[in-house]
Amino acid sequence: MNNVCAKVIRAENVNFFYGQTQALKNINMQICANQVTAIIGPSGCGKSTFIRLINRMNELIPHARLEGKIYLDQQDITDPSVDPSEIRKMVGMVFQKPNPFPKTIYENISYGLEVNGIRDKYFIEEKVIDALKKAALWEEVKNRLRDNALKLSGGQQQRLCIARALAVEPKVILFDEPCASLDPISTGKIEELILQLKENYTIVIVTHNMQQAARVSDFTAFFLLGELIEFGKTQEIFTAPKDKRTEDYITGRFG
Amino acid sequence: MHRHLDEELKELNASILKMGNFTQEAIFKSIEALKDRNKDLAKDVIEKDTSIDALELEIDEKCIDIIARYQPMAGDLRFITTGMKINAELERIADIAVDIAQRTLELVDKPLLKPLIDIPKLTVVAQEMVKMTIDSFIKADIELARKVLLMDPEADQLRNLIQKELIEDYMVKDGKTAPRAVQLLLIARFLERICDHATNIAEDVIYMVKAEVVKHHPEKL
Repeated sequence: MNNVCAKVIRAENVNFFYGQTQALKNINMQICANQVTAIIGPSGCGKSTFIRLINRMNELIPHARLEGKIYLDQQDITDPSVDPSEIRKMVGMVFQKPNPFPKTIYENISYGLEVNGIRDKYFIEEKVIDALKKAALWEEVKNRLRDNALKLSGGQQQRLCIARALAVEPKVILFDEPCASLDPISTGKIEELILQLKENYTIVIVTHNMQQAARVSDFTAFFLLGELIEFGKTQEIFTAPKDKRTEDYITGRFG
Repeated sequence: MHRHLDEELKELNASILKMGNFTQEAIFKSIEALKDRNKDLAKDVIEKDTSIDALELEIDEKCIDIIARYQPMAGDLRFITTGMKINAELERIADIAVDIAQRTLELVDKPLLKPLIDIPKLTVVAQEMVKMTIDSFIKADIELARKVLLMDPEADQLRNLIQKELIEDYMVKDGKTAPRAVQLLLIARFLERICDHATNIAEDVIYMVKAEVVKHHPEKL
């Protein structure tokens, strides 16, 4: 299926529990480098839980328990001895609602670098500009870098969050419904950006928007009730899915 | 879960079935006109083609409308795209019936060249293939579609037989028969083309049902 690409992320026999509730059931999945992988499925199917595992976001939840392993390249990122902030440098995340810090546009991006111990002001400035350019936001904000980020439109805020993620030079960027609160124009810009970014990053996107998954992704995974039902090339999933449950979901026959 | 899309698809299915019926009627009448040397019936085929053309456009519009409004996926998408292709194939078949009717109009005023034996045989094959192929679409029956594909060589064979006879026994022996022989030759060629279109539809039906492309891949049959 996708056996020719380099696998950046490998989930092996992943089970995840919130207390007694099992949210993920024996997930085995491999994610290709420099490709966009979409994860689709109805609410509560475990898709967000799954991507949050990739940058260790679930471990602060009380009574949460993980079984199985997730590898980023050769490193087991589920290993408790690995510092989550080390993982998050390699795996950036962009959320459903844009969540810029209530600081200036510039500081939103410089912050991550400073937290990582970088002190060289010129280097930081270079990185900020570079990240804004990569996130296709530079032209819109270059004359107002000292404005509060919260003054930006929703779509701009989301691209700022992407720039913030890019500044620390991750390998992987996780998008959890990045366009859910955006209008179609802003959505189009984010999708364009995702397609550009895959040249340099590996992208995983959770989306409820089937057309979005079909437009931006190379591979699609369909989750249902915590199980990975089908994984394949996006073209195949959307024109000729193999599992009837996938067909029923993407054609809106569910329930 | 109830889907409004299902009602749209049902309507589309009914329209394609109607297109299929019109087309079958056109083939039937054009051949009856030839056999009975009936000018009125031949003219009727030519006149009715306008309404088949109109239905073709209507079905196309319906398909595009459904795609624009529902952005169908998977089986729905395959049904609609196949429906569009079948629509075009059926319209081409109806055009061929018009071609046959026009050749018939050329022939009826001239003395009969020969009793028609193999052309009616080829007609039966063509009509059968078209009927089966439409049924295979309506019932999403790939076995029936496969049967259609297997019938195509028979049509080719009959066409070759007719061609050989008309050339060797008539045109070569007596040049004066050529104008009439050519008309019959064309009709045999038209009937064989109808079979080819039926084959295309059958291939599309297999894609629709199984998402398997057999077109240009005879080894997959």
